[in-house]
Amino acid sequence: MQGFDFDVIQRSWVYLFRDGMTFTLTLTALAMAGGIVFGTLLAMMRLSSMKPVAVLAGAYVNLMRSIPLVLVIFWFFFLVPYIGAWAIGAKQPIQVGAFWSAAITFTLFEAAYYCEIMRAGIQSIPRGQVWSGYALGLDYWQTMARIVLPQAFRNMLPVLLTQTIILFQDTSLVYVISATDFLGAAAKVANRDYRLVEMYSFVAVVYFIVSYGLSTLVRRLQERIAIVR
Amino acid sequence: MNYTWHWQVLLEAEPGGTGSYLHYLIVGLGWTLATALAAWVIALAFGALVGTLRTTPMKWVVRAGNLYVEIFRNVPLIVQMFLWFFVLPELMPKGIGDWMKQMPPPWGSYLPAVACLGIFTSVRVAEQVRAGINSLPRGQRMAGIATGLTEAQAYRYVILPQAFRIILPPLTSEFMNIIKNSSVALTIGLLELTGRARSMQEFSFRVFEAFTAATVIYILTNLIVVLAMRALEKKVHVPGLIAAGGAPQAGH
Repeated sequence: MQGFDFDVIQRSWVYLFRDGMTFTLTLTALAMAGGIVFGTLLAMMRLSSMKPVAVLAGAYVNLMRSIPLVLVIFWFFFLVPYIGAWAIGAKQPIQVGAFWSAAITFTLFEAAYYCEIMRAGIQSIPRGQVWSGYALGLDYWQTMARIVLPQAFRNMLPVLLTQTIILFQDTSLVYVISATDFLGAAAKVANRDYRLVEMYSFVAVVYFIVSYGLSTLVRRLQERIAIVR
Repeated sequence: MNYTWHWQVLLEAEPGGTGSYLHYLIVGLGWTLATALAAWVIALAFGALVGTLRTTPMKWVVRAGNLYVEIFRNVPLIVQMFLWFFVLPELMPKGIGDWMKQMPPPWGSYLPAVACLGIFTSVRVAEQVRAGINSLPRGQRMAGIATGLTEAQAYRYVILPQAFRIILPPLTSEFMNIIKNSSVALTIGLLELTGRARSMQEFSFRVFEAFTAATVIYILTNLIVVLAMRALEKKVHVPGLIAAGGAPQAGH
């Protein structure tokens, strides 16, 4: 360990956290919120009695789950400018920053994984509850919103949070589109000062502490909210 | 959307002079599979070992196993890639470090990628193996011991053969994950399928043709793996057990 230069970390940690970690956490939060909402809708579609709807959602989820995240990041990095141009009716592809490109990518990608979790959650609710909802005169959306989904969320909360920890780690892959997330910021300092050993070790330690801390919290939450049957 | 497709690009020659772009991508698939398969061997070996050790009554061994799992589960794959590729050679004695750094391409990226992916995935395999062993009734181990087997023999002849058959479905999805995760190796310079789609896009400026081709190749590969594993699952399914669905798990 001789020659390990702690000084470079001391010089750069403000930049790493202020720029890098903020990017990482904002991206994680946005993709989690968007992913869970879109994922829940996908799960409802997959379980729909309308065949085409179920098939469409199933195809989307299976497509997302069979290609690597890195490839998806590349796809959207180039695709989003075209979609944006089409949406606002511009002739040329519009400029979209790495952040929004990544936010869209991770929302759409993670939705497929959240969908499978929510599908299991919805399926864990006894069918009789849905029937009693209908018997009380509630329609499909009311039954879902007031009876099924609240229970499904509660049952699946630990798994949803674990998936979010994985999402937090996966956001580091935005390195491939040169975004300045926590890893990206560290890589920039590492290459500028030629301090790769120090910076990448530091990054690994920080990711470990955050992920390990969060997963310990999730485990504790799991013990507390487990429904005794 | 006003994008003009130009599919013929797949048959045009790539600048490296090895053949068409399509051929270039297929060779990339070869590297993807070569990386995934070699890493899978490491993942199975280490995962089976660590997963089994964590179910033994030896307290310190269990703790060491837990530490191993927590370390490699809580650091992102790409960061682990960088640790293997950039950091490890510096921490080695000078001779070995220089040898690692001077390995000719693609081996200089291939070997760290295989080691990294193998260890990364071994943690997930270890979790599955442990869950599989714990899902067996305790009586199985006791009956094994009662018939005069040693602890090690009980594992070898009674517990592990059943556990592995039970966890085959989750192992299948881990194997598909390792194929997908091998794309992260492009960050340390391995030209596997995604890496080649990316460089094809850079050489030919045909963005969506390159990525569509890679996507289709990944989907076909997935399909073949799923079909092959389904046939295997049917063959080794433990009679009398409900097909293992298991609890929903987070993953990617």
